[in-house]
Amino acid sequence: MPLDLFSVGDPIADTKAPRDVPIGERWSTRRFRARLVNPANRRKLTVIVVGTGLAGGSAAATLGEAGYKVKNFWFHDSPRRAHSVAAQGGINAAKNYRNDGDSVHRLFYDTVKGGDFRSREDNVHRLAEVSVSIIDQCVAQGVPFAREYGGLLDNRSFGGAQVSRTFYARGQTGQQLLYGAYQALERQMAAGTVEQFARHEMLDLVIVDGRARGIVARDLITGEVSTHFADAVVLATGGYSNVFYLSTNAKGSNATAIWRAHKRGAYFANPCYTQIHPTCIPVKGDYQSKLTLMSESLRNDGRVWVPKERGDTRDPREIPESERDYYLERIYPAFGNLVPRDIASRQAKNVCDEGRGVGPGGLGVYLDFGDAMQRLGRPAIEAKYGNLFDMYAQITGEDPYETPMRIYPAVHYTMGGLWVDYDLQSTIPGMFVIGEANFSDHGANRLGASALMQGLADGYFVLPNTINDYLADGPFEKVDDSHPAAVEALQAVQGRVQKLLSINGNRTPASFHRELGRLMWDLCGMERSDEGLRKALDRIPEIRHEFWTNLKVSGDQDTINPTLEHAGRVADFIELAELMCVDALHRNESCGGHFRAESQTPEGEALRDDENYAYVAAWEWTPEGAPPVLHREALEYEYVHLAQRSYK
Amino acid sequence: MTATAEGTTFASGTASDPAMAKHDMTLTLRIWRQKGPRDKGRMVTYQVEDISPDMSFLEMLDVLNEKLILAGDDPVVFDHDCREGICGSCGLMINGTAHGRGTSGGPTTTCQLHMRKFKDGDTIDIEPWRATAFPVIKDLSVDRSALDRIIQSGGYISAPTGTAPEAHSILVPKKDSDAAFDAATCIGCGACVAACPNASSMLFTAAKVSHLGLVPQGQPERNDRVVNMVAQQDREGFGGCTNIGECSAACPKGISMENISRLNHDLLGALRAGARPKS
Repeated sequence: MPLDLFSVGDPIADTKAPRDVPIGERWSTRRFRARLVNPANRRKLTVIVVGTGLAGGSAAATLGEAGYKVKNFWFHDSPRRAHSVAAQGGINAAKNYRNDGDSVHRLFYDTVKGGDFRSREDNVHRLAEVSVSIIDQCVAQGVPFAREYGGLLDNRSFGGAQVSRTFYARGQTGQQLLYGAYQALERQMAAGTVEQFARHEMLDLVIVDGRARGIVARDLITGEVSTHFADAVVLATGGYSNVFYLSTNAKGSNATAIWRAHKRGAYFANPCYTQIHPTCIPVKGDYQSKLTLMSESLRNDGRVWVPKERGDTRDPREIPESERDYYLERIYPAFGNLVPRDIASRQAKNVCDEGRGVGPGGLGVYLDFGDAMQRLGRPAIEAKYGNLFDMYAQITGEDPYETPMRIYPAVHYTMGGLWVDYDLQSTIPGMFVIGEANFSDHGANRLGASALMQGLADGYFVLPNTINDYLADGPFEKVDDSHPAAVEALQAVQGRVQKLLSINGNRTPASFHRELGRLMWDLCGMERSDEGLRKALDRIPEIRHEFWTNLKVSGDQDTINPTLEHAGRVADFIELAELMCVDALHRNESCGGHFRAESQTPEGEALRDDENYAYVAAWEWTPEGAPPVLHREALEYEYVHLAQRSYK
Repeated sequence: MTATAEGTTFASGTASDPAMAKHDMTLTLRIWRQKGPRDKGRMVTYQVEDISPDMSFLEMLDVLNEKLILAGDDPVVFDHDCREGICGSCGLMINGTAHGRGTSGGPTTTCQLHMRKFKDGDTIDIEPWRATAFPVIKDLSVDRSALDRIIQSGGYISAPTGTAPEAHSILVPKKDSDAAFDAATCIGCGACVAACPNASSMLFTAAKVSHLGLVPQGQPERNDRVVNMVAQQDREGFGGCTNIGECSAACPKGISMENISRLNHDLLGALRAGARPKS
């Protein structure tokens, strides 16, 4: 690896998990050892929470209930719009309501294995422990989970799990869980414990005496840029899939908050770990603005296939059984259509690369419900998947009851994120990172129905316990607008906004975003290679240079200006893309969602290199164009033994 | 790009693909432009060309905006985010119908409306939600925070984190749970208010009152919830409900009028039981 791409710094380690006790006792031990804050003192302490999704909304509500003064920032008009709302499938919990052998240990084991042995055992075990309390909490809030006729909660098996541990609310589980958190949050706003800053975008972090003490935010309606202070800052700003331009994320989802925090000193861990979801509606044209996910619960009854012969353009209904290749069932007889997401995605790419893809451009595979319709009847399929079938028909203009759906993988989730310790604290004291914005629980691949679990675990149960230990040292010295650190951060943001408006070139932010996204999809997407990543690393600085010399943003600063917002986000995506490629290039192994062409088994499966890469890559930003610094956190597996994942 | 009397003509730039070009459309858009809450506002005409029938309505507006930016003009501001019909951000009056009419002629969200619903040469009127309680911020974007304040006034179950009993300790009949879910699918887009001749938020409020009133966990606060939420929607300046039903006909999530009956039933019961709104 050439030294000019990065340098190697000191290793880092989590120091908060009590490793002197067995793994099942670590979370309770940590809670006991963490210092508490007297209820009477909590109202003297202020916490800024950025984001209102499952993690941010639940954290802000819970901290408010505990008596802290919370300032909650979000860029939408309402907290209920956060993109958690779009999660379809469900939420895992080790309740073992089905008596099918589930347990905290099995959920822990499945998650570590599913993450391809690149996650931290302590965090994952805690997640599995806390999962059961999440369901209790949500039911108490009135979340209308699916139920059976006896009035008990229903479960389903989901995303490659061999037990039924997924709780769901039809195809809208994320929406219902988010509204539970949103309602708890609105209750705290009415009670006056949470102050709301709607339509505010965080554009920088303020650090005073080495501690995170505030943020710089822009009011998206008035354009006013201002500083806000607190004793601790919590980032719950989601993932960065939109670095690919086309993804299943909402249009507004962005990396700006975590990227600015990274540039202020927070390490960014495993940026190259991205998840490509296998069941999305294929791309139609250049104008396409986002991709739509079809819940992978569809794979429970749908069968994935392509024609055996390449270039077979017949109507799928005219292709006889004997000329179809149900490739997932063929290659993975034990798991069939239910193999984990990374494997299903890569096999779809493989058959399309062979020229056997279907639909426009040959970038699609069939998801066929013909057998299920015969076995269960149309009414049963309508009851289970009606809303998804309607959505498909609305977008494509095709009737999936009549003809097989066409699906193709799309970027869906980012496992990487800001590095945090067991307390979910970043490398900047006083700055905590929760939900998809951190890196901690999913390793190199996230299992289905685990994102909702992690967001709510972090927000309801983990952070509100661990943050006390930090706040016990507060309140910290009062800081206001006149502090040099605040002045510097404010001016940096204002200067940047001015700069974006003043370039007055010939290309829109969206045109740069599309170009960057296509480059990342081609060279840092489902399959990465040394050659491709180097090509990307040559090209990205050129895009960045053109961006800062040829960007066109119309409109003003002191009004609502979505083009200006987008421009700032694209600028950050360009920088993040470069780090993703460096990370992908340095990790010369395949693991989970990170597939390096150079590292595969003879059968074409991901081949890990545990000897050299069983670590978290935590990257430190270095200013003035110097290469990033790699800090390694060694991963040790005491309870789940390293093994090659096999789903055959 | 060609200038018209009041506006400009723009092409989407995808015409080079022959597969797409054969169905592409030229449309006249009449769009409400308003610089801010105090500006009077007016309809401005634009022409867009090479619009593919596979585009979503918002992608068609993206095409227009890209060209406006390059021309140095202010792009049209509209709220949007998930573009998959669930976040509730988008909401436009399209030819006088809230969110327009979807593939099967039924209600939809604006982001799930596709251009195949229109014909080459069509003229489309695009306006913001219009209601006293939803002041215009700019162009097609309105302030819907009144809906959040209705939730704040009682649209929740008080269950602080960590206090919950084991989930299976309370059984919920499937029928009730399913009905609660149907009400809970409201995405808070505000189409019901925009469609109502009275600009009433009754369907929105009723959906939450129903959702929480149908599950056992919501019973202790049921009476206070309904009186406070109804009082809050009056304070916000929403109109009264006269059971016209335009709200439900426009609702992209199919929230039924039955919820309004349930709210009225609950409200009467609560008032008779002596519940009064907090002042």
